[in-house]
Amino acid sequence: MKRPTRDNTESQKKITRRGLVLGGGMAGVVGLLGLRMRYLQVDQADQFRLLADENRINIHLIPPSRGRIFDRSGRVIAENIPSYRINLIREQAGDVEDVIARLSKLLRLNPEELEKAREDLAKLRGDTPVTVADRVSWEDISRVAVNAPALPGVTPEVGLSRHYPMGADYSHVVGYVGPVSDRDLERIDAPDALLLIPRFQIGKIGLERRREDSLRGKAGTKRVEVNAAGRVMRELDRVEGEAGADIQLTLDNALQSYVTARLEGESAAAVVMDCETGDLLACASTPGYDPNLFVRGISQADYSSLLENKYRPLPNKTVQGVYPPGSTFKMITALAALEDGQVDPNETVYCPGFLKVSNRRFHCWKRAGHGNVDLHRSLRESCDVYYYDLALRVGIDKMAEMARKLGLGVEHDLPMTSVAEGLIPNKLWKATTRGEDWRIGDTANAAIGQGYVLSSPLQLAVMTARLATGRSVSPRLVRSVDGVEEPPKPSESLGLNENTLREVRRAMYAVSNNRRGTAYGSRIIEDAFRMAGKTGTSQVRNITAAERARGVFRNEDLPWERRDHALYVNFAPYEAPRVAVAVIVEHGGGGSSVAAPIARDITLQALYGEDPPLEAYPSKDRGRIQTQQEQLRSRLDRHGGEDNDRA
Amino acid sequence: MAAKTTTGHEGCAVSYLEYTVKHTPSGVRKVLYLNWPLALLLTAVAAIGILMLYSVAGGSFNPWAEPQAKRYALGFAVMFVVAMVPIWFWRNMSVLAYAISVLLLVGVELVGVEGKGAQRWIDLGFMRLQPSELMKVTLVMLLAAYYDWLPIKKTSRPLWVLLPVILILIPVALVLRQPDLGTSILLITGGGLIMFLAGVHWAYFAVVLTAIGGLVTAVFNSRGTDWQLLADYQYRRIDTFLDPASDPLGAGYHITQSKIALGSGGWTGRGFMQGTQSRLNFLPEKHTDFIFTTLAEEFGFVGAVSLLALYALIIVFCVASALANRDRFSSLLTLGVAVTFFLFFAVNMSMVMGLAPVVGVPLPLVSYGGSAMLILMLGFGLVQSAHIHRPR
Repeated sequence: MKRPTRDNTESQKKITRRGLVLGGGMAGVVGLLGLRMRYLQVDQADQFRLLADENRINIHLIPPSRGRIFDRSGRVIAENIPSYRINLIREQAGDVEDVIARLSKLLRLNPEELEKAREDLAKLRGDTPVTVADRVSWEDISRVAVNAPALPGVTPEVGLSRHYPMGADYSHVVGYVGPVSDRDLERIDAPDALLLIPRFQIGKIGLERRREDSLRGKAGTKRVEVNAAGRVMRELDRVEGEAGADIQLTLDNALQSYVTARLEGESAAAVVMDCETGDLLACASTPGYDPNLFVRGISQADYSSLLENKYRPLPNKTVQGVYPPGSTFKMITALAALEDGQVDPNETVYCPGFLKVSNRRFHCWKRAGHGNVDLHRSLRESCDVYYYDLALRVGIDKMAEMARKLGLGVEHDLPMTSVAEGLIPNKLWKATTRGEDWRIGDTANAAIGQGYVLSSPLQLAVMTARLATGRSVSPRLVRSVDGVEEPPKPSESLGLNENTLREVRRAMYAVSNNRRGTAYGSRIIEDAFRMAGKTGTSQVRNITAAERARGVFRNEDLPWERRDHALYVNFAPYEAPRVAVAVIVEHGGGGSSVAAPIARDITLQALYGEDPPLEAYPSKDRGRIQTQQEQLRSRLDRHGGEDNDRA
Repeated sequence: MAAKTTTGHEGCAVSYLEYTVKHTPSGVRKVLYLNWPLALLLTAVAAIGILMLYSVAGGSFNPWAEPQAKRYALGFAVMFVVAMVPIWFWRNMSVLAYAISVLLLVGVELVGVEGKGAQRWIDLGFMRLQPSELMKVTLVMLLAAYYDWLPIKKTSRPLWVLLPVILILIPVALVLRQPDLGTSILLITGGGLIMFLAGVHWAYFAVVLTAIGGLVTAVFNSRGTDWQLLADYQYRRIDTFLDPASDPLGAGYHITQSKIALGSGGWTGRGFMQGTQSRLNFLPEKHTDFIFTTLAEEFGFVGAVSLLALYALIIVFCVASALANRDRFSSLLTLGVAVTFFLFFAVNMSMVMGLAPVVGVPLPLVSYGGSAMLILMLGFGLVQSAHIHRPR
């Protein structure tokens, strides 16, 4: 049964041959594997090392603390306070609902917040902390901390949150911050990585928004090692960020608070400006709102009530609100005509109570007429006919030029939201925007600040300051950033004739100091602080001929929203102007009866830097003023006590 | 066992009868004739495996390193016992072993335990048996015995080629049902290579390879046409293999992370237990199929190539032993075990280095896993037995 030897040898040879072929093949594969190792581990090592680090190292941002905001004397307007929140980590909690139930026995949980937290808990990864209660008090945090063993997965966290200790006083100027929204992100081209941090606060409106870049600061970074599940294993290193720059405003807190309190109850705005530097000393719009509500996330009910309030608390009426300036515009008309040589200060115009312009009667507020009126008297008694006449002589284009020179119809560069340009019409404007020819009647309307003319209280304050100084004073809101002064814009001479200016100022002085002046009732007795001003009462409706005939245009008989706006502008002291003030009370009625007393009180407050002595007021008013001062003082004190409310 | 009497069939050349058994060592002396270098190499590789399992457990003998060490000790004992038994006994057992393996594979279908979505194990109480692993060795035994029995002239005749092909395809079909693509490919390739070694004509292999090549081309070309051969998701899997970056968080994740671990090792690695990829759990299956990446990350190019060299040396010793053996069954068996072992580590390494799709093949003797190690040691036991009982 032996196999032939040859067969066996042959088969062994074949196995040997094929075995060697296969061995060669295997050696080839081993070589290939070796080369691949070399390629991955030697040639590409750096790249893969980098990828490995990217895998394991996460960079966490450390949010910087936002720059604070101060008034000119260093009082805090916006600050960062510790804010306590309670987070829940699902993974560690076990039975989430059970933990929430136990938590709700310790502190009051907001159902809205809780609903959102439940959503997040279900949606997000198990190791992500989810906030179940935000802005809880120190007592609540302590209570949670004491009961920590019974609350697995619950961690108290301290962060910084914006707080506005002055409440509504600065709501319009400073604005508020809020969490970054999707809309904010769309608005910004290359968003800072910080903005992607959940609940990171950025300026939403006002100075907070306009100076966001200075206030925000730079994020620090912290490199942490994470595992594949994203859990942080340890911190590798950290780079501290840069806190945001502190901003000091030109506003004076005492004055701002006073102005806000003085305007309370009205839909009104007032601007107090330093005549020399242009510093805004007060800039208040009422009613305001509590910006802290927005930082917390305002409730729908609160927001609706703000929106539905007919006094419109949200817009900043000082810069955003534009109104027909009414008679306060008369200085512009006068200066335009005087500068153009169309009239001499002593020249008189006869006022019969109206002026007929192209078959239409333009009435003076005084139906019986003023008789013969020169510049001085026209301003003092606010004769309309005089200005119709002057305007028809000088023409709208020259008037518009003068208005712009004095700061009307110009957008002033201030870090507030929606600073309005107002409207100073001229022929070109009407042709391009309305497609209509300029009519002579339009000029007559513009002469007394009605018709198309619109300006903001800020612009009126600038106008007054420029009238007082003859220089191009520009408003300034930010005094310094991070201790570095932002210099006021250098003012230059407006190039107006000093004599005509003096005539206008003298007439303005008479408005509040002459027995026949329209604001005589609101004069200042203290000689050093006497003021020069101008009343304005701007119509928000046309008075029909029928109404005029019936004599029904008493403001008190009309619904609030159809009543006239009351305006007053002034500067003081007359001899050496320090402050310029503009006040508007929406639908307040007459400028002399409503706006002028407010402006007078504000002016005195600004000049004295405290409650003025009663001697500064006319003697017959002193009793009433004293009561008013006491009322305001108690209101301000009460307001100061609100600072400590729990955020 | 009457080894010398199994010569009944006409024309059946029983090769081991052609040498005199008296030169074959017997008794305790067999121990001296053991292929000791091979045993040492295996132990070295297993030691590396235990070291790496210690590392991926974060510097702990539990849960992997200690059981693995115990299994290796058991495996070594199995190898020793198998080696002591004369090779002709094992030859006679081939058909029985194959039949038992097939039955176990069928058994897995019926009582198998689900593991990772595939039915692979039979729970024997003290261990989980993976019949597909056993099949790898018993198939080698059967084919070696078949070609030992088959007269050499008939080797390339179609009918005698078809028979081993069927013998290979039966277990392959069963394993594919589990489904376990990796093992199926190993079985087909291993079986085919033994047929190649036995001397089946080149033309058969040429035809099969051409057919496979043609099929692959057809599959790729049919994509997006009316006669598309695979489902869309299957194409996407292929895409993921070809370009793992296209699906970095899905199926490509394993491959990408594995390459990162390998690559970040550099020349000398990050140091023992310093591999961030494995320590921080970025690596999948870090104690089983992807354990090589941990080695490469922690010991770098030097460590990876060293392991590769150890594997290559094991193959070299097996091939040398086979070529020196004049017994046909012994040569084919030894080469077959070597080829199977080779396919294991070559496919595993290609897989973790992004050269082959992820098919689930462990790194032999290193990956954590009981039955794979025991059966490999069983295979090397056969190799040792062939070595000891070779004709002299």
